[in-house]
Amino acid sequence: MRALRLALRTLAREWRSGELGVLLLALIVAVAALTGVGFLVSRISAAVALQASTVLAADIRLGSPQPLSEAYFAEAERRGLRSSHSTNLLSVVFNGDAGQLTNLAAVTAGYPLRGRVLVAGEPFARGAPARGIPAPGQVWPDSKLLAAIGGRVGSQLSIGTASLTVTQVLISRPDQSGTFAELAPNLLMNAADLPSTHLIQPGSRVSYGGLFAGERTRIDDFKAWLTAHKGPGERLRDITEASPQIRNAVQRAGRFLSLASLVSVLLCAIAVAMAARAYVRRHLDTVALLKTLGATRSFTLTVSVLQLLALALAALVCGAALGFLAQEWLLRTIRGLLAVTELPAPSLTPLAIGFVTAIAVLAGFALPPLLQLARVPALRVLRRDLGPPPLVVLLAFGPAVSVVLLLIYWVVPDARLFGYFTAALVVFVLALTLAGLAIVALAGRLRGRVGVAWRFGVANLSRRRAESVVQLVAFGTGIMALLLLSILRDDLNGDWQRTLPPNLPNYFFINIPPAVREDFVRFLAAQGARTTRVLPMIRGRLTAINARPVEALRPGHGGEEGFATREQNLTWTSELGPDNRIIAGRWWTAEDFGKPLVSLATEFQEALGVEVGDRLTFDIAGEPLEARVASIRKVKWDTFQPNFFIVFAPGVLEGAAGTYLTSAYFAPGAARSLAQLARRFPSVSIFDIDELLAQVRSVLDKAALAVESVFMFTLFAGLTVLLAAVQSSRDERRYESAMLRTLGASRATVVQGVLAEFATLGSLAGLLAAVGATVGAYFLTTHWLELRYAPELMPWAEGVVGGALLVAAGGWLATRSVVNQPPLSTLRA
Amino acid sequence: MNTNPKPSAQALTSRNHVLQAENLCKQVSSPEGALTIVDQVSLEILAGESVAVTGPSGAGKSTLLALLAGLDLPTRGRVLLEGQDLTRLDEDGRARLRAQRVGFVFQSFHLIPALTALENVMLPLELAGRGDARRAAAETLRRVGLSERTGHYPRQLSGGEQQRVALARAFVTQPAVLFADEPTGNLDTVTGARVGELLFELNANAHTTLVLVTHDRELAGRCARVVRMDAGRVL
Ligand SMILES: Nc1ncnc2c1ncn2[C@@H]1O[C@H](COP(=O)(O)OP(=O)(O)OP(=O)(O)O)[C@@H](O)[C@H]1O
Ligand SMILES: [Mg+2]
Repeated sequence: MRALRLALRTLAREWRSGELGVLLLALIVAVAALTGVGFLVSRISAAVALQASTVLAADIRLGSPQPLSEAYFAEAERRGLRSSHSTNLLSVVFNGDAGQLTNLAAVTAGYPLRGRVLVAGEPFARGAPARGIPAPGQVWPDSKLLAAIGGRVGSQLSIGTASLTVTQVLISRPDQSGTFAELAPNLLMNAADLPSTHLIQPGSRVSYGGLFAGERTRIDDFKAWLTAHKGPGERLRDITEASPQIRNAVQRAGRFLSLASLVSVLLCAIAVAMAARAYVRRHLDTVALLKTLGATRSFTLTVSVLQLLALALAALVCGAALGFLAQEWLLRTIRGLLAVTELPAPSLTPLAIGFVTAIAVLAGFALPPLLQLARVPALRVLRRDLGPPPLVVLLAFGPAVSVVLLLIYWVVPDARLFGYFTAALVVFVLALTLAGLAIVALAGRLRGRVGVAWRFGVANLSRRRAESVVQLVAFGTGIMALLLLSILRDDLNGDWQRTLPPNLPNYFFINIPPAVREDFVRFLAAQGARTTRVLPMIRGRLTAINARPVEALRPGHGGEEGFATREQNLTWTSELGPDNRIIAGRWWTAEDFGKPLVSLATEFQEALGVEVGDRLTFDIAGEPLEARVASIRKVKWDTFQPNFFIVFAPGVLEGAAGTYLTSAYFAPGAARSLAQLARRFPSVSIFDIDELLAQVRSVLDKAALAVESVFMFTLFAGLTVLLAAVQSSRDERRYESAMLRTLGASRATVVQGVLAEFATLGSLAGLLAAVGATVGAYFLTTHWLELRYAPELMPWAEGVVGGALLVAAGGWLATRSVVNQPPLSTLRA
Repeated sequence: MNTNPKPSAQALTSRNHVLQAENLCKQVSSPEGALTIVDQVSLEILAGESVAVTGPSGAGKSTLLALLAGLDLPTRGRVLLEGQDLTRLDEDGRARLRAQRVGFVFQSFHLIPALTALENVMLPLELAGRGDARRAAAETLRRVGLSERTGHYPRQLSGGEQQRVALARAFVTQPAVLFADEPTGNLDTVTGARVGELLFELNANAHTTLVLVTHDRELAGRCARVVRMDAGRVL
């Protein structure tokens, strides 16, 4: 109690005297960075997820071959979620005598819960957002269906026993599936018309879908509830299982954002550590005096802990407010770019996390110095040189290390990655420490050979040995973290730009008969479409692996049920596309042509658990064919080029009857050409992925923007934190520069000395940071973000020049006020 | 003498000897081996007595003072403060004893820069948990002639003024023993003389026992007893 009163009283007094400003500033900036990045990350990733869920037309989707229990929908409503039904089945749709197998989607009001349906007045035209869903009695067939069976707005279509009117042409719907499983055209209708079609009979293949959307936390809860209550045949899908491109983008953006949080925490820790050291230095004399005057060790410890806690509390409140305002301001500025009408509301979680992290960082990084402070001997009042005895290593670094480890584990909860991460950080800090010791030793030798300003600065480096090393480690780590983030951002953005360049193929053409292949390609060229490779396609089924029938295998080994036994699309080619990378075995050469060799995509290989050298038996049009696995390929599906899970060497399948497929880019407004094409090559299936591309693009844009803005924010916050950290060395310089000026040094000399010291420190820290960031970026891009790593020179320049400028600027700011004061006022302090 | 109905020697000692040092030795290790900086010093100081410790620089005066005040522990021997063996108390025990019974004045003042003059004087009272710190501190500051400067920070005060604040801080708790290590060492002659004057005046009024380390002959001369040291020994 007495300790609390004294703590608060001296704190208030110190505050009035202006002694605590720098410390508090560092803490506030650190907390602001932490919470600001936290808020930004949570809200932006929510926005990205929201965008991504348009692919499902919902946040989560429950699918089943049996009708879904109404209890699910009641539960969703009880939880304040929106829901709707989407029932899908295949049936032939007739316009008069012309019929076509069509994928019917019968939906209820509210559909789509995410994303939008685009419609137009005529086939292949540019779509406009639809209002609601087709009214009962109305249907919206897509362009392909109308091209196949004729008809336009106003036509009557027969679906089962019902006759329904075409009122719009469906251009796209958000959930028209990102994979190419369904090649049939689409038709959207009202679920109320389903009974009158009499299509749903016992035994008919119907897929019942329940769509749910709402606030994220509620959705997460509901998802957990559904997982626990759903029936065995019912399958729950969320965005992570939707489109592979979007899943990748969202996942990578998420990883980057959590890395940014980690960086902000690291910076926060650096600021806290420096501030705590400054606090301790400043209070050594005071604590010694308190002890002389009769204060016990626990009392002095209590007082300083309470003081720091009070400071922390103030910093938490101000910092959190500042962080919140900063990210709110940023989000408001970029709202237009984000193209979202409603920003996800900020949740309180980042605030709580920010508080907990800040306290943890404070405990880890400030408590050990405080413990040490309490142990300063009273005798210091008589012998100035007496400092506190050093702490046991475990006590000095234990808390900080465990806090950092916990935080890293929180961001990368993967044991292997965590191991890499930690080991890398340890090695890096050790390297910095060694480099620090080296520069200190070197500076000691150099001092005689340089001018007076430099001598003063460089001498300082070697004189304040421990301090120089600590600063080098702190700045090096901080700059490294920022550089690393900037390299990863470039890699991510570069990859996303490469993923979806403009003029990407937006139409897929399947089932091109070999006889018209040449014609077809010529026709595409004549229409001005940009074509890609044309690949043969043969249907076949895997029957045995190493002579063991696939039926005997456990179903769904990591993949979907029946993935193995499903009919597969097979192809052959002599060349490996740039979007394919061999990760095991080798690609065939000319000598291998004609040999029964097969190359598998990683997805297929993982689902079946086969290895290079295994023998696979296929059933192709009734004929068995055995082939040896020659290689495993990692396929970049997001290039939208024709790609296959299973590729044969040339000269094996040519005899079998197959078709061809290709993709092409059509400029917007190619409706006429496509209608012509559909008429001229009636057997060719046209698959329009424009809207899917638009969806993916929009997710990527948002992810890129998220990464960009969080990066800028973290960078700014980080620089501020580092600047604030330099300020904590102000006290020491104060006395010194006053001394020097009293001894006749000009102001310029003093400033140059300070700049020399800090620039040396900063450029060295920057250089080491660039090394660390390059190595770190290599590992993170290849192992965590799964990108290709391209080494760059920029970070080196940025590190060395930026480091020198940053630290020197900080040093200048810290000493400026001192240098400008007459020396007397400082010496008398 | 056994027949005399006088108090026993032991009782006399404990009543009159505020401070007793028995065979004090302090050794420190140095690169050239163990160094004895206080060598078998025995001292007895009576209540209310004023003792000056003088000697050349490096003689071990400050070290002796630290041992007597319990700021440091001797390698051998013991110190009794009001009958309590300091060497048997732990660090916190010695601190508590200091809070109640001991005051200090230092050569370099040792005021806390973040506290005003008044707050600096209040500090020992607050530490000892005594009430009415503000009034007592203000009163003591008035007695050292600084009632106009209570709100000033140390850096706004001259050296002499700072040392007067330190004097006020030392006397405000009415300690049994006051230790002063060259209190005038950092001051010019005139200011030093004035601070010395004040020290003895306060001491006389409070009947405090004074242990004063000084180079200043005049100041030493005002003490009832002078202890001369050289090379760690009392001459
Ligand atoms: N911890 C220590 N380690 C090494 N030497 C020490 C230590 N403490 C004191 N000394 C040495 O012991 C000697 C006595 O020191 P002390 O401070 O007591 O001298 P002093 O008489 O107060 O001198 P001055 O008049 O200059 O203040 C000095 O030579 C000092 O350097
Ligand atoms: Mg001395």
